Amino acid sequence: MADLHLTADRATTAESVAVDAALAAIGVDSALVMEDERLVRGGTHRRHARRHALLPALHALQTESGWISPGGLNYVAEVLQVPPAEAYGVASFYEMFRVDEAPGHDDDVVHVCVDAPCLEFAEAKIASLEAEGKHVHRSPCLGQCDRANANDGPALFIQGRQKANSVPADAPSLAGELWPLPQKHEPGLKLLKRVGRVDPTSLDSYVAMDGYKALARAFELGAEQVIEEVATSGLMGRGGAAFPTGIKWRGVAGADGEQKHIVANADESEPGTFKDRTIMENDPFALIEAMTIAGFAVGATKGWIYIRGEYPLATARLESAIEQARAAGFLGTAIAGAKSISFDLEVRRGAGAYICGEETALFNSLEGFRGEPRQKPPFPTTHGLFQQPTAINNPETLLNVLDIVTDGGAAYAASGTEGSNGQKLFCLSGHVTAPGTYEVEFGPTLREMIDVAGGVTGGELKAVLLGGAAGSFVGPDLFDMPLTMEATRAAGASLGSGVIMAFNEHTDFEAVCIRIAEFFKNESCGQCVPCRVGAVRQHELLIRSKGKVMNGELQLLEDMDRVMKDASICGLGHTASTAVRSAISLGLIGAN
Amino acid sequence: MTAVESTTAKSANGMTETLVTIQVDGRPVSIPEGGTILDACSKAGVSTPTLCYAENLTPVNVCRVCVVEVENSRTLVPSCSRVAEEGMVVQTDSERVRHSRKMVIEFLDTSVDLSQTTAPTSNEAGGRNLADWAAEYGADSSRYGPAPQTMDEEVKIQDNLYIRDYDKCVLCYKCVEACGDDAQHTFAIAVSGRGFGARISTEFDVSLPDSACVYCGNCVAVCPTNALQFKTEFDLREANNWREEEQSVTRTVCSYCGVGCNLELHVQDDTIVKVTSPNDHSVTSGHLCIKGRFGWQYVQPTIQRKPS
Amino acid sequence: MVGLATVFGAGGGTSSYKEIEETDVILLWGSNAREAHPIFFHHLMKGLDNGARMYAVDPRRTSSSKFADAWLGLSVGTDIAMANAVAREIIHNGWVNQAFIDHSTTGYEAFAESVESYTLEVAEQITGVPGSAIAEMAKAYATAEKAQILWTLGITEHHNAVDNVLSLCNLALLTGHIGTWGSGLVPLRGQNNVQGGGDMGSLPNKLPGFQNVTDPEARAKFEAVYGVPIPPENGIHLTLMFEAMERSEIKAAYVIGENPADSEADVQHARKLLSGLDTLVVQDIFMTRTAELADVVLPASVGWAESEGTVTSSERRVQRVRAAVTPPGEARHDQDIIGELARRMGYDWGQPTSEDLWEELRALSPLHGGMTYARLEDEGGLQWPCPDLDHPGSPFLHGWLWEDDLGGRAGAPFSVVEHEGPKEQLTEAFPLRLTTGRSLDSYNTGVQSGGYDNPIRYGDALDMNPVDAAALELADGETVKVSSPRGSVEMPIRVQPDIPEGLTFTTFHFPELVDINVLTNDAWDKRSGTSEFKAASIRVEKLPSSDHTPQLQDS
Ligand SMILES: Cc1cc2nc3c(=O)[nH]c(=O)nc-3n(C[C@H](O)[C@H](O)[C@H](O)COP(=O)(O)O)c2cc1C
Ligand code: SF4
Ligand code: SF4
Ligand code: SF4
Ligand code: FES
Repeated sequence: MADLHLTADRATTAESVAVDAALAAIGVDSALVMEDERLVRGGTHRRHARRHALLPALHALQTESGWISPGGLNYVAEVLQVPPAEAYGVASFYEMFRVDEAPGHDDDVVHVCVDAPCLEFAEAKIASLEAEGKHVHRSPCLGQCDRANANDGPALFIQGRQKANSVPADAPSLAGELWPLPQKHEPGLKLLKRVGRVDPTSLDSYVAMDGYKALARAFELGAEQVIEEVATSGLMGRGGAAFPTGIKWRGVAGADGEQKHIVANADESEPGTFKDRTIMENDPFALIEAMTIAGFAVGATKGWIYIRGEYPLATARLESAIEQARAAGFLGTAIAGAKSISFDLEVRRGAGAYICGEETALFNSLEGFRGEPRQKPPFPTTHGLFQQPTAINNPETLLNVLDIVTDGGAAYAASGTEGSNGQKLFCLSGHVTAPGTYEVEFGPTLREMIDVAGGVTGGELKAVLLGGAAGSFVGPDLFDMPLTMEATRAAGASLGSGVIMAFNEHTDFEAVCIRIAEFFKNESCGQCVPCRVGAVRQHELLIRSKGKVMNGELQLLEDMDRVMKDASICGLGHTASTAVRSAISLGLIGAN
Repeated sequence: MTAVESTTAKSANGMTETLVTIQVDGRPVSIPEGGTILDACSKAGVSTPTLCYAENLTPVNVCRVCVVEVENSRTLVPSCSRVAEEGMVVQTDSERVRHSRKMVIEFLDTSVDLSQTTAPTSNEAGGRNLADWAAEYGADSSRYGPAPQTMDEEVKIQDNLYIRDYDKCVLCYKCVEACGDDAQHTFAIAVSGRGFGARISTEFDVSLPDSACVYCGNCVAVCPTNALQFKTEFDLREANNWREEEQSVTRTVCSYCGVGCNLELHVQDDTIVKVTSPNDHSVTSGHLCIKGRFGWQYVQPTIQRKPS
Repeated sequence: MVGLATVFGAGGGTSSYKEIEETDVILLWGSNAREAHPIFFHHLMKGLDNGARMYAVDPRRTSSSKFADAWLGLSVGTDIAMANAVAREIIHNGWVNQAFIDHSTTGYEAFAESVESYTLEVAEQITGVPGSAIAEMAKAYATAEKAQILWTLGITEHHNAVDNVLSLCNLALLTGHIGTWGSGLVPLRGQNNVQGGGDMGSLPNKLPGFQNVTDPEARAKFEAVYGVPIPPENGIHLTLMFEAMERSEIKAAYVIGENPADSEADVQHARKLLSGLDTLVVQDIFMTRTAELADVVLPASVGWAESEGTVTSSERRVQRVRAAVTPPGEARHDQDIIGELARRMGYDWGQPTSEDLWEELRALSPLHGGMTYARLEDEGGLQWPCPDLDHPGSPFLHGWLWEDDLGGRAGAPFSVVEHEGPKEQLTEAFPLRLTTGRSLDSYNTGVQSGGYDNPIRYGDALDMNPVDAAALELADGETVKVSSPRGSVEMPIRVQPDIPEGLTFTTFHFPELVDINVLTNDAWDKRSGTSEFKAASIRVEKLPSSDHTPQLQDS
């Protein structure tokens, strides 16, 4: 692939400068170097080692030109020695990159969320924005569901042209508080104890609030013991799959490989989920400390935070926090005074693709390939990022590690319920009085959680979407179910990423379900046949049957659900029809 | 004779093979370690449909038509890529398996023109083709409403060597692999877009002659659906004169360099109509360069051998 | 083949293609295999993907070079200086495989002494490549567990072709990178049966199976089967034949499947000599330019599609070719034509099939003894030596060098070779170096590949560095006059940053468009008979402005 062929298009100076700067920022030089007129260095190894710079380079082009121009793409292809067809394949995979010079490309793009709960406010907002001459893009959930309401309208995200991305509520001061933090003054919190109280832009402030105590304790315990404590705690992943973290870490620690990685999966794109954003915006150092402990425990010297592209504030705060931590010796070599221990972190931005939250798709995306999930096995513990052993965790999962290390795994295991230990964050949204991220010790029922958020608004509670678009609707018979892993599993539901989206009796469930089907259709990576085609056929079926899914159509829906669950490559396909089918069985749509 | 002696390859005969044994439909099958469930099925004589799998390419396991049921696995697993592990218990004909295979075929049939996907698509030589499998599983494509969304693509005819008809493309990734890491390393084509909008494409869909394509035709050779077609075949089909059953296939060696690539000359009416290479030959693994693939035109009786 | 035979006793590439997939370091020396041997390059790229490092030594930054970890752009004709410097580095740093040298080679002392003057500084000065890069390549090659050196015409189309090959063989002997799986010396053959021709004895000094013409025992064996006496002296190779024509010692020629009127260096001279023959018989599948000069033309069927037989590849794999279509008109199988000629000369050979001929060969050539048609068919070809029916064929050669007992052989000899540089020095009148090569889609003199149209053919042009072009005020695509001491042609230029300053390049595929061998040098190697296609000196001149006809598209 090194005898690349490029079309005649050339980058503008501004484009090449922007790309060069983006590469310099992540310490990547060109894959091809003319050292002398008679000596040129290149080759497969240099090329492979630089491929991960593709996504940052494409971001730079997009911001500079408002699209990925052929000349710009050629420039990137040349410096990174990525074949242009592949670079195009990558660029065209993501929502935030445009590969055509469509009208409006030279302006900021306003992304308007069209998923529930923003759905009911979206079209009006879009109309008014378009009337103002704004360039609008219909977006899947932007992770700001706590902001959506009749007054403020749907969530928005502004993709800047030749300037940074933003959300309308971005405060000029980094210390400013942007979103409701309903538990800000509540005592006894563990995961959110600093949220709203610590200055997220100041390492000193973090240290003053017990920051970096856990890392010191981890060093005392030693790597193996840290893993033991995590295993004892019974901590299970909070990203959706609820896999025991201790087992995962043990796997990575025991895997062969010189280079290992810790990845924080901060892609947070499951509709209705915004808890990780709450953490990263308000307590970024906590995630950094937790990842450092994870790295120490499994023997990884490199950490990555893959954050969704629509989280500009969280990104900025993490980047600033990493810089401060590095300057203070908490990252880098000989961290926190421990001579033999190295660990450093990089933040990488996604570019708009729900599928990139799937762990193996995330690896591919970060590595500079299309965000297509890989067939497992092999698992990330042995073949993760760059095919090296990798512990990938959700930020919330990682945050739990701080208390587990300080207080011991046994203490953690003693809290919560039989099958669900410790604390949990729930994302309450929809028809509740006070949407937001809430922390509880495992145990409360669904109804109790809705009451914590101030109860239902606009009428009686009709149904709750539990676990997000990949989760399922639950009706009144389960409102008193405790929100634990074991209880939800027994009921055939799942906590997923902790989404509790409440719908009152006046909800247009047909619209909600069609939108969910459309979400999967749009977000399927397209790799495997069951999901690529199944998601489209499901969407067609719902539109065709106008919410009245009956008889043969019901059978077809079930047939499609089965093949997607049985034969898709990844969790997206496996869950693409779960919510729709639960809505039918609850009678929210159709007549069965 | 001169002083030469032979030595056999260390790696060719030095290793002793370890075998793993798995159950396929209740029968024990032993295959060398590292082999796949599909290898075991082949060994057991269990016919299995495949579409994205090819022996000369790395499995991408995307079509999912080869799925089987493995005991203790939550989902079905693609037999083409899943490495067989000692003691695995595999069902290839359970109701779950039959259902998924049927649905995959229905999904493809409703979105893609499969009329020329006629070559055998299974793990045994001369095995069943997709239509046979559709019949086997009782696929019914009529139940997806009046107008299910399709690929909806025009034929791309941009040169005299081969055509691209993505209306027939099942996105099996084979062409991309053959053009890329698995053989040609030219990377002229890749998958672009996402979801149902995904397409095989050059950068910005520039025409093939403007792209990096070097016309090795390796993509054409691996395409299972005839979405990629040699122009000679395309023209004969257009003229209603493609008679595959009458064609002879002769194996010979390319004359254009000293590498010794094996060619299969497909001949109809004493005329070469296309050139392929055997997948199982150690020199080519089925892949050729532009000269071997297209440089035969001078032997055609219809083409005058011009003086140089 | 001569170089390898001198050192190892057999003129065949030592390794199988598969081996390069598993090697650690590759020196690609004077070979643009990406375009000239694309399917071999597939194996090579697999090796790179598997982690091998590659150094490309070539005057041009070829498409193959672009896959290399480092490209070393040496000046044309300075390969020996480079190789000797690499050898000196290896010796001085103690990277030699002393046990191998002591046990399996001869002449090390004299060789080591001979390379002493090739310091990195000297090599840098001669080759133009930074000495540090030469040192790095030496280290990579010598310290690798497995390493291969590959070459093509870039090494062999020089007046000192054999010395070039010997200098590379020396590196393998120093390090022991020979005779084991994954290591070796691989000359890539330009045509499908160059190796097979040699196997079958179409060398002036060999009988089939590389048995010496001068060996009475070998001759006796053949005479017994052929039923005729075989002249005991070596014959002469092509270049000497032309010299003999010049001296009127050769008055008649029978040319089979060659087009010397286009392909010889200094073709004007070659054409004159061919025209001056009393009798010229040409047997070819095309009405080539040579055929046009002939008194008798015998139309032949196409070897690989209209005839039965075998060919041998660069990995010594003997494979079957088969007839798939009927030859046109009066064209006949080479074998039939020769048989018919024999009959008219008074020898009736009957109507042997190609398999009959092969069976005779099998009985006479131990290298091929175990290769029946049936086995060739079933086993996808076989690699010689394959002496008997139970023998699986030989993936690589010269394993004997690693045996405790060399079986009475002295070992492989080091060769002392000195840098000479191209015969034709650059002068004020001819200040640019011209070198020639192949492009991906075309072949040799273009008679076959001219038969199909394709979008990647860019036509003939002279590639020039932007600086050289600018100095002459030439634009991309401009037609210029190119002159060498032998003649001149007009052709367009292509401005190409991949070609170093002072060097120009063109393909030799389109003689009908551009008579490029008018320019090349027919200085030739005494041992192999190869001419110096790779190093002529030329002058490029701007044409009067009316002739500026840019014809080329940007590729
Ligand atoms: C389509 C899809 C999207 C996902 N998105 C996320 C996500 O945004 N964040 C996350 O942590 N996990 C996500 N996951 C789950 C991850 O694959 C993985 O299980 C998780 O990151 C592991 O971390 P944990 O063990 O700490 O939960 C997603 C899974 C799928 C199938
Ligand atoms: S299930 Fe869907 S998202 Fe997952 S790999 Fe298959 S097509 Fe892609
Ligand atoms: S012909 Fe060859 S180079 Fe062109 S797209 Fe197909 S595989 Fe790639
Ligand atoms: S063009 Fe053919 S080979 Fe390529 S993805 Fe489509 S069906 Fe597969
Ligand atoms: S053949 Fe196995 S997934 Fe396609």
